Amino acid sequence: MTIGRDEVEHVARLARLRLTDEERERFTAQLAAILDYVRKLNEIDTAGVEPTAHVLPLRNVTRPDEVRPSLEREGVLRLAPRADDGFIMVPRVIE
Amino acid sequence: MDPTDLTLHEAAEAMRGGGISSREYTAACLERVRRVDPVFGAFVEVYGEEALEAAVAADRRRAAGEPGGALAGVPVAVKDNICAAGRRAGCASKILDGFVAPYDATAVERLRAAGAIILGRTNMDEFAMGSSTETSSRGVTRNPWDPERVPGGSSGGSAAAVAAREVPAALGTDTGGSIRQPAALCGVAGLKPTYGRVSRFGLVAFASSLDQIGPIARSVRDLALLLEVIGGHDGRDSTSAEGSPRGLAGGLDRGIEGLRVGVPEEFFAAGVDGEVRASVEASVGRMRDLGAAVVGVRLPHTPYAVATYYIVATAEASSNLARYDGVQYGLRAADPRDLPDLYERTRAEGLGPEVKRRIMLGTYVLSAGYHDAYYLKALKVRTLMRRDFEEAFGRCDVIATPTAPTAAFALGEKTADPLTMYLSDICTISASLAGIPAISVPCGFTAAGLPVGLQLMARPFEEGTLLRAAHAYEQATDWHRRRPPDPAPARGGGV
Amino acid sequence: MSDPSAAAYEAVIGLEVHVHLKTRSKVFCGCPASFGAPPNTNVCPVCLGLPGSLPVLNEAALRSALLAGLMLGCRIAPFSKFDRKNYFYPDLPKNYQISQYDLPLCAGGGLEIEADGRRRRIGITRVHLEEDAGRLVHTEGGAGGSGVDFNRTGVPLLEIVSEPELRGPEEAVAYLKELRRTLRYIGVSDCDMEKGSLRCDANVSIRPRGAAALGVKVEVKNMNSFRAVGKALAHEIERQARALAEGERIARETRLWEAEAGVTRPMRGKEEAHDYRYFPDPDLVPVVPAAALVEELRASLPEPPLRRRDRFADRYGLPAYDAEVLTAERETADYFEACVAAGAEPKAASNLIMGEMLRLLKEAGIPIREAKVAPAGIAELTRLVAAGEVSGTAAKEVFAEMFAAGRGAEEIVRARGLAQLSDEGELERVVGEVLRANPQSAADYRAGKAKALGFIVGRVMKATKGRANPGLVNKILKKALG
Repeated sequence: MTIGRDEVEHVARLARLRLTDEERERFTAQLAAILDYVRKLNEIDTAGVEPTAHVLPLRNVTRPDEVRPSLEREGVLRLAPRADDGFIMVPRVIE
Repeated sequence: MDPTDLTLHEAAEAMRGGGISSREYTAACLERVRRVDPVFGAFVEVYGEEALEAAVAADRRRAAGEPGGALAGVPVAVKDNICAAGRRAGCASKILDGFVAPYDATAVERLRAAGAIILGRTNMDEFAMGSSTETSSRGVTRNPWDPERVPGGSSGGSAAAVAAREVPAALGTDTGGSIRQPAALCGVAGLKPTYGRVSRFGLVAFASSLDQIGPIARSVRDLALLLEVIGGHDGRDSTSAEGSPRGLAGGLDRGIEGLRVGVPEEFFAAGVDGEVRASVEASVGRMRDLGAAVVGVRLPHTPYAVATYYIVATAEASSNLARYDGVQYGLRAADPRDLPDLYERTRAEGLGPEVKRRIMLGTYVLSAGYHDAYYLKALKVRTLMRRDFEEAFGRCDVIATPTAPTAAFALGEKTADPLTMYLSDICTISASLAGIPAISVPCGFTAAGLPVGLQLMARPFEEGTLLRAAHAYEQATDWHRRRPPDPAPARGGGV
Repeated sequence: MSDPSAAAYEAVIGLEVHVHLKTRSKVFCGCPASFGAPPNTNVCPVCLGLPGSLPVLNEAALRSALLAGLMLGCRIAPFSKFDRKNYFYPDLPKNYQISQYDLPLCAGGGLEIEADGRRRRIGITRVHLEEDAGRLVHTEGGAGGSGVDFNRTGVPLLEIVSEPELRGPEEAVAYLKELRRTLRYIGVSDCDMEKGSLRCDANVSIRPRGAAALGVKVEVKNMNSFRAVGKALAHEIERQARALAEGERIARETRLWEAEAGVTRPMRGKEEAHDYRYFPDPDLVPVVPAAALVEELRASLPEPPLRRRDRFADRYGLPAYDAEVLTAERETADYFEACVAAGAEPKAASNLIMGEMLRLLKEAGIPIREAKVAPAGIAELTRLVAAGEVSGTAAKEVFAEMFAAGRGAEEIVRARGLAQLSDEGELERVVGEVLRANPQSAADYRAGKAKALGFIVGRVMKATKGRANPGLVNKILKKALG
């Protein structure tokens, strides 16, 4: 179970990363080495072990349904690379 | 005496007692930054004028008899991944070019409320991914003890700035050792609090289930003081624990008579440098001399920590960093042909190789067909590692280990092989995965004159015990008083 | 389905419905959850996903989700959590949506519906809480792009997934309407399709009638009204049936309903291989609903609309139509029952509410709770009519006055002299006068022209300003002309 170039390309597409040929080669080798290393976890029997997604035993953390001030729109739009007429602009999205 | 040699609490006391003004002290720090930072590159931005103005205002308030906070008039630096309103938060990444945070992180808000002056933001590995501060898009930071060596990472800028006397204390962030390892490599003290102790609100996420903000300073008392200021529950962070750390500084001097210090053999295995091992063993001996009981403990899953960490942390990071896409803020690739082009080119141009590598790894371990074999498996091993600690803490109160397997390594020494770099976190990752508090304090020097760090870990929310033990050791030694040599003046201009 | 080939197939439809929960603030931040603000004004670091921001769950959104789950007969999960659904889209600030994957808040429920006069229970697979995405506005022209408005980002959204048990467009629409009624009964959502607070996607497949195996599933999106749902599904079923009849294969795809053209077409955007890489959101902690909370919510559940409709028919002897109209909204049904409790005769109250009341409310554009007529007023008016003190015609006038001015029925009757004239002596006198004034009509009636009687009654009514008791007038007239 090692990672190939096609899989690296697929993962790059999922992550929206455009790789150069050189990067694709390098990442393929490096990810293969890292995955080979992390597979040492298979030495451990984890049958019946609950996964830990959170280390703290916190539950039901909520906030009251209260409206708080929003940001000034000008500030929000100023952060954006392109804005027009109150909207943040991106190249046309095709549905 | 050079005022920049004052520790944080000494500076605060001197100001309260009228021995030094905030303006004098802040100016001395800024002068030091001006002189040495061109060599060390600890800061990515210094708020010189505003810091001086704030210092003058602090002096004026003090003269008017207004009650100041615990850190009134004392400058502190903040890592580049912690938001301060109206300031850039860059995470040492090109992709956040131009991003100005519209709000204060809770930790920054609390520093300000305590009267601290934010002196500037410090360099780091890009998005805190690295152990040497070499993945920064803002250039490397150098180790004040040897500028040809790394300061550690990812909070290398914060640790180097504190070691080089540019600032008495700085905030860092720790996901797998990013406070403790640079503190060790730079010969200063650093604390990673219990997960949930310090609010993550305003900390730019790397791996949300592991990230914690914590202090780096030149004394354990300073760490205690800073944790009292920045710690405590915050309603804006769902993972923030109830309650507040109180009386930490006050409890420091109670000594360690009867304290049980656990020594896990797994942390002294192959891969740990002989000099490091000797220093740490000697410091454990010192703690025994101070009245502690030394016991052997086992943490059998330690050899799996790095593998577990690099699955969990990268999985979370792949999702956390998806937002950097050129739509709302930061970098956008020029003239995108269409939306996919905008996404892919912005991320290709804006993110560095280590960040890309980790996003790729994290995406892979979560993807269909691999999720259970890698991600879920790692979460289960994480459970086993937590159990290891629960059992070990049944036999001891603190666990002592090296902070890093070696002293500071040379710039460029480990950049070619990511796995080798990842293994430099081998001693710090376990505490991160278990969410427990851990501290690094100076415990010796190698023959080459490089600092070595002692790591102590404790049960969740027992920062009091941890700080007391570290303080007792620190007070019995003088490693923390050593000062790195002044650097030869750098060629070229200042910051 | 006019195409004969369609009759050979059976449709299998499952609906995925999203409704906005009616909270004041968004699900993970304090921005207003309201609709219609100028673009990008209801936004903050959290719903914009700015670096360093963190979500905190809105307590009211959680309560509403649990309430909806209970109302839909679901089991409440003893342990639930939020997961990240990872995909890139410009209306999704973090490029992941906070949703729920393997442990939804509620699961295993059902909803009874009525379609074509038959009752069926449609299974509900799951109900979960998530955040809505923003809104994209497409500008025209070559230089144009798409604009993003993040106001809707983070508005609490309830996803309700049905089992694939709906057998045709009629059932699908009936299910949607019943779901809407049911959720409005508990007040968790407006469920207004036009405002986008109820959205519906469908999974449609067909199979030879009687076959057990399911056909290839097509997802249909962009249906913006109940009508559109009905038409889009009918079209899609027919399209698939034709394709199969012609030996084609159905592609597993997402299609958009084009209302104007009346067809579904495949989405043009590149269909990415979906791999959402769900994992537990480390920024949010698990939800373990307290038993006390669940019981409190369960105890507060109202009678479901369909059951209430049945009860109205049974208990009050109302025609099916009346029962349906009165129970369409919970407030109307509550109002009706308050009238009956105050002593109103059920059918008379139903007539007044369904006729005058709903019409006047619609004209005034107000909900029934703001009406000035108290249920006791309706009871009073129906009692006056039943006692013969007010005529049916005059009752409408009295009601209009009650509605406009909020005064009591008897007060209006007295003030405006609208009391029914039932005094026999007085009526005999009026009838005598009318007959004397219209001898021809009297003669016509006697000659067998029954229609003439109506004319005479009309004259009597006019002479009494509509107050004459019609039964009594008839009796007196027949005696006088007999």
